[in-house]
Amino acid sequence: MEVRVQNVRKEFDRFPALHDVSLDIRSGELIALLGPSGSGKTTLLRLIAGLEMPTAGRIFFGDTDASEKTVQERNIGFVFQHYALFRHMTILENISFGLKVRPRATRPPAGEIRRRALELLDLVQLAGLEKRYPNQLSGGQRQRVALARALAIEPAVLLLDEPFGALDAQVRRELRKWLREIHDRTGHTTVFVTHDQEEALELSDRLCVMSQGRIEQVGTPDDVYDHPTSPFVFGFIGESSELPVTVQNNEVWLGGRPLGLPAGDSQPGKARLFFRPHDVELVQADAALTGAVNTARRVGGTRRVELTISGANQPVEVDLPFDHPATENAALTFRPRRWKLFPAA
Amino acid sequence: MSTLAATTPRRAWGLRKPNVIPGFGLTLGFTLTYFSLIILIPLIALAIRSAGLGLDGFLKAASDPRVLGSLRVSFVTALIAASINVVFGTLLAWVLVRYRFPGRRIFDAVIDLPFALPTAVAGIALTAIYAPNGTMGALFAPLGWRIAYTPAGIVIAMIFIGLPFVVRTIQPILEEVSHEVEEASATLGANRFQTITRVILPSLTPAILTGFALAFARAVGEYGSIIFIAGNIPFVSEIAPLLIFIRLQEFNYVGATVIAVIMLLISFAILLLINLIQAWSRSRYGYGN
Repeated sequence: MEVRVQNVRKEFDRFPALHDVSLDIRSGELIALLGPSGSGKTTLLRLIAGLEMPTAGRIFFGDTDASEKTVQERNIGFVFQHYALFRHMTILENISFGLKVRPRATRPPAGEIRRRALELLDLVQLAGLEKRYPNQLSGGQRQRVALARALAIEPAVLLLDEPFGALDAQVRRELRKWLREIHDRTGHTTVFVTHDQEEALELSDRLCVMSQGRIEQVGTPDDVYDHPTSPFVFGFIGESSELPVTVQNNEVWLGGRPLGLPAGDSQPGKARLFFRPHDVELVQADAALTGAVNTARRVGGTRRVELTISGANQPVEVDLPFDHPATENAALTFRPRRWKLFPAA
Repeated sequence: MSTLAATTPRRAWGLRKPNVIPGFGLTLGFTLTYFSLIILIPLIALAIRSAGLGLDGFLKAASDPRVLGSLRVSFVTALIAASINVVFGTLLAWVLVRYRFPGRRIFDAVIDLPFALPTAVAGIALTAIYAPNGTMGALFAPLGWRIAYTPAGIVIAMIFIGLPFVVRTIQPILEEVSHEVEEASATLGANRFQTITRVILPSLTPAILTGFALAFARAVGEYGSIIFIAGNIPFVSEIAPLLIFIRLQEFNYVGATVIAVIMLLISFAILLLINLIQAWSRSRYGYGN
């Protein structure tokens, strides 16, 4: 089912948490809401769920206006960061809860409920644990149960609020892959909130980057990573280095020197230059960035070098081949291969 | 055998395992001494005193109709009072935890007053209010209901002194039941009533049982406030603790200890049962995670 969020605003005690947000979620896609804490991503998810009501704006499920519907009526599956399992119920009872509380007219017979719950338990790879209680399971297992419980009601949309946030790194990676598989198998429209960009890039079809109650950019992981549309997105997704520069004569200047970078259609004046530390090349030229090495650290297959750029006061980071003999105070000359200019605020 | 004994000489006691927390021997010793002095020795003295009577004498004293009547009054009223307290104490705890309203903190503090108030003061105040010419009693008098000087009055006094126990045991647990669990229930389609009866109340059961046990134990042992409101009619509204006091005044010390021992045994059996139910539910549901 597709979900349309239309000009939604949300205030908590006059404090705005979301400003006029619009987002189209396609049927069957796996979309990530990504942003730092306080960016409004969880608020947006809870608004879609109906756990919060918008101050203004509308939310559509398909063609029906769901804005006035209660949580119960929206038929959504919600997975909480801390699982929120019912600890006085067995795993099987937890999963079948959503079917058991249905009014008699729509409730499947007891045998059918049991069969479906066991089937879901199988889907989340926990077959045989139906008689256990939640406190007898590990964190990763509990979150799988929570997902099975949410899937049991055959939700129109599956919403996950930082589903792997409370788990350790190893389990998190495993569950990430597994969630993708489940999604591909069941085809539910899925929205998940995360502050972990790696998780969002790896898992989602599209991501929606949020900051300070606004949507900064929506696009495929490639799109957002390669063509960030704002300084925030450039800085938030992937690693980035930033320098204050000036644009003049269609060229980028720093400290009175041209850098050999064409400015394209950027307006003349002060600007911010962004590039990825790994996307630089060492050059022998006058028109380039030069700097003295502060520190050099081996990071995996590369050498991460922090430089003080002449003409700028702030240090930047670049990645060099691990066998590059960069030592302290050595001078380096380089140019970013790809870069992006944003007007200075 | 000898090598085994040589390598594990310190395991001889069985209790003492290597542990990073020191002082096991010291703290256990202190605990046992303290427990003996404060609780065990008085109770044993009670048992020995009544044992002096022999089994026949004990049974004869125990089967005295007035004794049986007073025990029935005590335990039946205490059970009723604890049951009522559990219902309304849970409701009170719910309101105090879940809602924010002006005066909540004062309300919260007032709950504890029955702990602090001298029980005789409570008894006299309740009698004055529930007597046929009192504020509340006058409302019920035209209906032919008498509260003071009947078992109903005993129940009222027991409710008064037992309420804080229920509220104070449920409150912290209710605060711990996360809001997320309720939201999860709602997203799964459960309405408010289903969420309360199927999710919230079951998770409060251990706390409710504890509250019940405490309120019940307190009510059974209560003396000061009840004797004012009860009317103390033998076989109708005479509680066992009062009968003990009467026996003492008659210098019938053995008769008094017999009643005390029976009360102890019944209370112990009930509290043990409640504790076992709790231990069972805790081992199933887990606590604090």
